[in-house]
Amino acid sequence: MSAIILKVEELVKQFKDVRAVNSVSFEVSEGEILGLLGPNGAGKTTLIAMLLGILTPTSGAITIFGKTFKNHREDILSLVNFSSTYISMPLSLTVRENLTFFAKLYHVPNYGSRIRELLGLCEIERFENHLTRDLSSGQLSRLNLAKALLNRPKILFLDEPTASMDPDMADKVRQLLVGLKKEFGSTIIYTSHNMREIEQISDRIIFLHRGEIIANGPPQQIIKLFQKENLEEVFLEVSRETSTK
Amino acid sequence: MKMHRINAIVYRHLSLYKRSLTRLMEIIYWPVLDLMVWGFVTIYLRKYQGALPSFVSFFLGALILWDIFFRAQQGISISFLEEVWSRNLLNLFVSPLTPAEFIFGTLIVSLFKVIATFLVTFCLALIFFSFNIFSLGLPLFLFLLNLILMGWAIGIITTGAILRFGQEAEVLAWGLAFLFQPVSAVFYPVSVLPPVLQKIAWWIPASHTFEAMRTVIQHGPFPAGELAWAFALNGVYMILAALFFSWMLKEVRVKGLLLKSGE
Repeated sequence: MSAIILKVEELVKQFKDVRAVNSVSFEVSEGEILGLLGPNGAGKTTLIAMLLGILTPTSGAITIFGKTFKNHREDILSLVNFSSTYISMPLSLTVRENLTFFAKLYHVPNYGSRIRELLGLCEIERFENHLTRDLSSGQLSRLNLAKALLNRPKILFLDEPTASMDPDMADKVRQLLVGLKKEFGSTIIYTSHNMREIEQISDRIIFLHRGEIIANGPPQQIIKLFQKENLEEVFLEVSRETSTK
Repeated sequence: MKMHRINAIVYRHLSLYKRSLTRLMEIIYWPVLDLMVWGFVTIYLRKYQGALPSFVSFFLGALILWDIFFRAQQGISISFLEEVWSRNLLNLFVSPLTPAEFIFGTLIVSLFKVIATFLVTFCLALIFFSFNIFSLGLPLFLFLLNLILMGWAIGIITTGAILRFGQEAEVLAWGLAFLFQPVSAVFYPVSVLPPVLQKIAWWIPASHTFEAMRTVIQHGPFPAGELAWAFALNGVYMILAALFFSWMLKEVRVKGLLLKSGE
């Protein structure tokens, strides 16, 4: 049985009169791909922000690699990484300069060859010396992903990593992530609005609704629980229930 | 603090200046314009009044040193704004980079800018106005150090405010230093200020530095008292600036403002 590397206990985040995350508890095992699902405003981003240490919880505890952010922020963040379609990178630097900057930041050994390897893996080697501002949104997403893989993270947080990619590239990224899990035992925590994608690559799904976990289990188990044909139908039911209440 | 992460910040910002003519111009454009315009004004005034000895030295020395203070402050706040503008803050805050390492990296970047500004203004003052700022002797380095420290303290406070209040506070990066100019006795002695403003002026390290500069230009004694005051005040303000930044960062983490950065 794989070791637990991330543990969340009774996590709460209160913003004035809004409780964005309410008593959330779960564990993530090493090598697991966990999909975080939920309609807009369900608390996914708030939860990920707390797991990355950029948002202080109102109460509850987060333990990553058996450590807490309070005393081990640098240790934890050295071993994780994050990529989101919705954040950018210094646009006036070239692709290589950006990756060099982050490689230095994460103290990646022999970073020249690691950068070359990732440029190939993410199929952006021909843009190596292009300014980042000249990349398309899909290419920028791939650069973000390359940045997130630089330090060979033990936990990789991905916020809609394929949102701006064409179907071919999105499929390659999914294969890459599954490969990372198989080869290096990487743990991946993943949000996406592409239900097929989540269903395809997640070992387990946590379904959030109004800041609470309403389902937690393998995709097929959740589909069965809601008595639906697929995850999309589950998602639609939860979302529409939200909008009518 | 880890040197490799400070090195990363310096690398990131110097790479930016390597190919950006507009950013390079920003370092030298305003100091050069200031120096040329006010340099010629002082020559004109000296020709037609001639009453005040060392007027050109007072004025040009003050101009060059003021720009050092301003560039030191901007070096930090503009480096931070570059991260806001490029929506890169989240990438930094989810990395192992500590706030102290980020600030230290931007201090080094600001030092590069200060050196560039100083070299350009020194050369122009020498060529066009025959004013050699190194004639101030060894105290010049103490003046520079004090003004850089004060610029850094204000830069750190400005950065904390931008972190907390977002791009709405961007105006502070350009304007906050000028708030201190009237009471910093840059171009005139503290004694010309009204008594209330004189009391404020003595709490500003730059006032002591510029008073010390005038004493040196007039061949007075080594201004140990003024410089000691300036260093002591700078020490206090650097500590206060660091505390303010930590407080703002804590607020930002509690309120989740990093998720909205760049908006």
